Amino acid sequence: MQLTEFDKIVEAAKAKSAAFKCNLYCCYSTGCVSSGCGDVVKAVQEALVSHGCDKVVRIVKTGCMGLCSHGPLMRVEVEGQKPVLYSEIRPLVARLIIAEHIVPALSLEKGADFNVPDFLSGFVLPLDIPFFSKQMKIVLANTGHIDPELIDDYLARGGYQALKKVLTEMTPQQVVEEVLTSGLRGRGGGGYPTGLKWKNAAPSQGAEKFVICNGDEGDPGAYMDRSVLEGDPQCVIEGMLIAAYAIGATSGWFYIRTEYPLAVDRVEKAIKQARKAGFLGKNIFGTKFSFDCDIRLGAGAFVCGEETALIASIEGRRGTPHPRPPYPSQKGLWGMPSCVNNVETLANVPHILMKGGAWYASIGTPESRGTKVFALTGKVKHSGLIEVPMGMTLRTIIEEIGGGPSTGKKIKAVQTGGPSGGVIPSEFLDTPVCYDQLKKLGSIMGSGGMIVLDEDDNMVDIAAFYLDFTADESCGQCSPCRIGGRQLLELLKKVKSGKGSMDDLALIKRLSLTMKKASLCGLGQTAPNPVLSTLKYFENEYLERIKN
Amino acid sequence: MKTVKLKINNVEIEASEGENILNAAKKASVNIPSLCKHPDLHATGACGICIVKLKGAPNMVRACCTPVSEGMEVITHDPEIVGVRRTVLELILSAHPNECLTCGRNGTCELQRLASEFAIRRESFNPVVPDIPPDSTTNSITLEPRKCIKCGRCITVCQEKQNVWALSFLERGIDTRIAPAGVTLGESPCVRCGQCSEHCPVGAIFEFDETEKVWAALSDPELYCIAQIAPAVRVSIGEAFGYPPGTNLTGQIYDALRHLGFKAVFDTNFGADVTIMEEASEFAHRFLSAPEKLPLITTCCPSWVDFMEKFHHDMIEYFSSCKSPHSIVGTLTKTYYAQKLGIDPSKIMMVSIMPCTSKKYEITRTGNMYASGMQDVDVALTTREFIRMLQQSGIVFNDLDPETQADSPLGEYSGAGVIFGTTGGVMEAALRTASYFITGHDPESVDFKQIRGLEGIREFEFKIGGHSIRTAVAHGLGNVETLISRVRAAREEGREAPYHFIEVMACPGGCIGGGGQSWNVDDAIRKKRAEGLFSDDRSKAIRLSHRNPYIQKLYEEFLGEPLGETAQKYLHTSYQARPEYKR
Repeated sequence: MQLTEFDKIVEAAKAKSAAFKCNLYCCYSTGCVSSGCGDVVKAVQEALVSHGCDKVVRIVKTGCMGLCSHGPLMRVEVEGQKPVLYSEIRPLVARLIIAEHIVPALSLEKGADFNVPDFLSGFVLPLDIPFFSKQMKIVLANTGHIDPELIDDYLARGGYQALKKVLTEMTPQQVVEEVLTSGLRGRGGGGYPTGLKWKNAAPSQGAEKFVICNGDEGDPGAYMDRSVLEGDPQCVIEGMLIAAYAIGATSGWFYIRTEYPLAVDRVEKAIKQARKAGFLGKNIFGTKFSFDCDIRLGAGAFVCGEETALIASIEGRRGTPHPRPPYPSQKGLWGMPSCVNNVETLANVPHILMKGGAWYASIGTPESRGTKVFALTGKVKHSGLIEVPMGMTLRTIIEEIGGGPSTGKKIKAVQTGGPSGGVIPSEFLDTPVCYDQLKKLGSIMGSGGMIVLDEDDNMVDIAAFYLDFTADESCGQCSPCRIGGRQLLELLKKVKSGKGSMDDLALIKRLSLTMKKASLCGLGQTAPNPVLSTLKYFENEYLERIKN
Repeated sequence: MKTVKLKINNVEIEASEGENILNAAKKASVNIPSLCKHPDLHATGACGICIVKLKGAPNMVRACCTPVSEGMEVITHDPEIVGVRRTVLELILSAHPNECLTCGRNGTCELQRLASEFAIRRESFNPVVPDIPPDSTTNSITLEPRKCIKCGRCITVCQEKQNVWALSFLERGIDTRIAPAGVTLGESPCVRCGQCSEHCPVGAIFEFDETEKVWAALSDPELYCIAQIAPAVRVSIGEAFGYPPGTNLTGQIYDALRHLGFKAVFDTNFGADVTIMEEASEFAHRFLSAPEKLPLITTCCPSWVDFMEKFHHDMIEYFSSCKSPHSIVGTLTKTYYAQKLGIDPSKIMMVSIMPCTSKKYEITRTGNMYASGMQDVDVALTTREFIRMLQQSGIVFNDLDPETQADSPLGEYSGAGVIFGTTGGVMEAALRTASYFITGHDPESVDFKQIRGLEGIREFEFKIGGHSIRTAVAHGLGNVETLISRVRAAREEGREAPYHFIEVMACPGGCIGGGGQSWNVDDAIRKKRAEGLFSDDRSKAIRLSHRNPYIQKLYEEFLGEPLGETAQKYLHTSYQARPEYKR
């Protein structure tokens, strides 16, 4: 890839996407696929052909549009007209939309807006509801707007401009500095400053050096990384390339869990296309920088999201964490210096380099910069994938974006951070969402799971649910986690079934603290968090079960 | 090495950079309890007992795998730390059967000791002991997964030190277990070296116990029980009876065996002298007239033989065909000795006291192990089994007579015979006699010190009568691979072999660190045990196998020439390629 070529292919890509008078953006993410978007897209295609407008209308199979509780979704954008979002579409409805919306809208004069007929308006979701208007999209800027399987769509929206800037105008040190300035912190859960991670990895010497993209998202109910990989894979590749340039790596690995076949497929296609276009390979943009990457599949062990376990897994060894030091930045994959970054973290990188670290740092709170993607689920009207600026309060997220409780009952708490996190009771809903505030309340930001609980949810059950998960997912290496997780689960089950005693409660507390202090890796150290935080705020619910 | 200053419990100490807190604390006279860490092996951090607090760190860290650094401030003991340790210990105990009284490690178990020190007096947690049957399919080692505490020592030693990969972790969470993947241990690549059992802190991997067989034989009036002891046993057994490691207790062992009721007591060292006669002859022959069959590789170690047959059978042509010393003593007992004394060899029960679990396998390895017309060695006991027999027998070991002699002639040995028990010893003993076979006269100095030591691989080029002999010694099977690949590379590239003579012992340190030896071994102890053997060698008037008059007489009366027809019949064996294992 030479510079002159780059500008040409970008122009061509832009022209290609502008060639259509109407674009139908159909959500084709895992969530919508399972609610039947495949049949919808097929029906749309057939209807377009039968109405003879398939040449002027483009179907764009996109990544997640966010409002997963209302899928399958389709956004209609006719040139010069206001976009319309349809929800919960079935094939029959899709045919009606083509016949009664697209066909007449295409023949409207310029400047006139199309009025959706009454019988279809029940499927229309206003695009100005808080679910959309309160969000701020950086990582998900392209998701829902491009076909993730076409590199041209990415290029047409400014893709690889950041890489070009980095390779042609910046030194690796400057890139690291820019990311440090941005204040970006690791989005996988640890929250370690990304710039610092790169700064540590940059001077490490080795015959090879690796960038690894951690796509082993494992929290129950969380699908932020999956959505980014499915919706905008090129952006993650670009982020990886920039990271590689900054730390001096020549190859990279995507570690994606095998339960994400669609994400794997799209990343595979994206890598092939990026390679063909010359963004991966030798002498990228005619510079001395060369880089390529490949995919390794995780076999479904939660612990492989821990970076040392992840590295062991890529090497073909049993995925168990090893004590640090040595850190991966010193001795990682195959003993070589390695830098492991989460999917969402890398997806932020091109934007930071394009618009500057200072711009990114202007968003969010002083210790948590930028935006964060959450999987908002549970007892809210609008559940799905959202991206909000750091510092937004839990209340805004739940009551405005989420549309309040879906059951009509009072919201009791919100669970954040997945199995490593905790519950935050409703009296703290005005807390701004950022790393330190959530930690102060006994929970964590984690990777972005956010489950809203109402009065019907019992906290002992919630704690037992998460312990069941972590006890099962313990790699078994260290005794505090391997045996402690199981014993803690047994004690919780005992309390849950009403057979527990006050001694059991004391033992639950002692055991939770022991696991926190003595477990080898983050999984075990944080496994008791759901117990500790429910005890902190809802001990009465434990006591009730014990008394009865 | 660079040193750093740090504080342990407010005591300022200096420690080497990179050293872990566990070791550094000893310099502040602090003992941090630990269960999974073994001095031979890298830390896995599995048990969680050695946690300490670091000033400025949010979480506790493991002393075993946290290196010291300048200005570090460590607290090793406070009520909170001890409380956490205690809870961790209670957790481990909840997943471990409460069967101490009937366990083979009762009294030597590292978990039991910790439970005692921490004064665990209750079971806070319900038992979650897995129900997995034992595996004795190797007839050398018994795996008892129920007792396993998942410290990972056996796996580290099997995979990293020995490069065998018979054992690995399976499953996850509470179901995690150690096992060969999908097969029994007998069907696995296991070479029965027993290093797993040597390193196990509890009773989860154990020598296959055959003491009852020996007790039964000793009480059978029809049987003529004869024992032999291996070189390495004499310098390690004392550790069980309060002697410092390396104390040579040959006389006491002979005496003990007589007390137990053995009618004759022989010494494997005599067999070692015979091995040298054959092996040095083989070497001299190949070196002088069949250089294409070099390097000659020693084969006294059955785990090494098994390893080679499984993983490197293209090396068979280089192997010495000579049997191991105790097999030779077994054969000669049931032929030469039986004829001399007019005993019916079928009534002889030959018991070998060995530092080794693999010898249990070796005694039936091939048809050559029945050279006397019957099984040459009937039982091979490990040092540990022998210790238990002594403890059961009422013998007060410390009162035994150190001057007791073995029976003649199969108990008479040279200094060369005794050093067989340590890494480099076979090579040294062979070189002493090979010098004579090659040059026609004895070496000026019998000490070939350059090949001694505990480094994993040692190489030296010796000058013998105008010849240059390139030797290499490896111990620990992981180290052997390095030598083998050099030999293979040279052969593939058509170059001359990098070595003329290679000695291999599977266990770290050789037989002194054998898989059947007293527990709690580390390199400091191995060094002392080796020194015990070298000092026995120095004390001998005859230090060359071919100068041992009883060896000379054996060849005159019975064997004829080394490598001759009779010698071939009784003293040599063969090897075969075994199915390839994927590691």
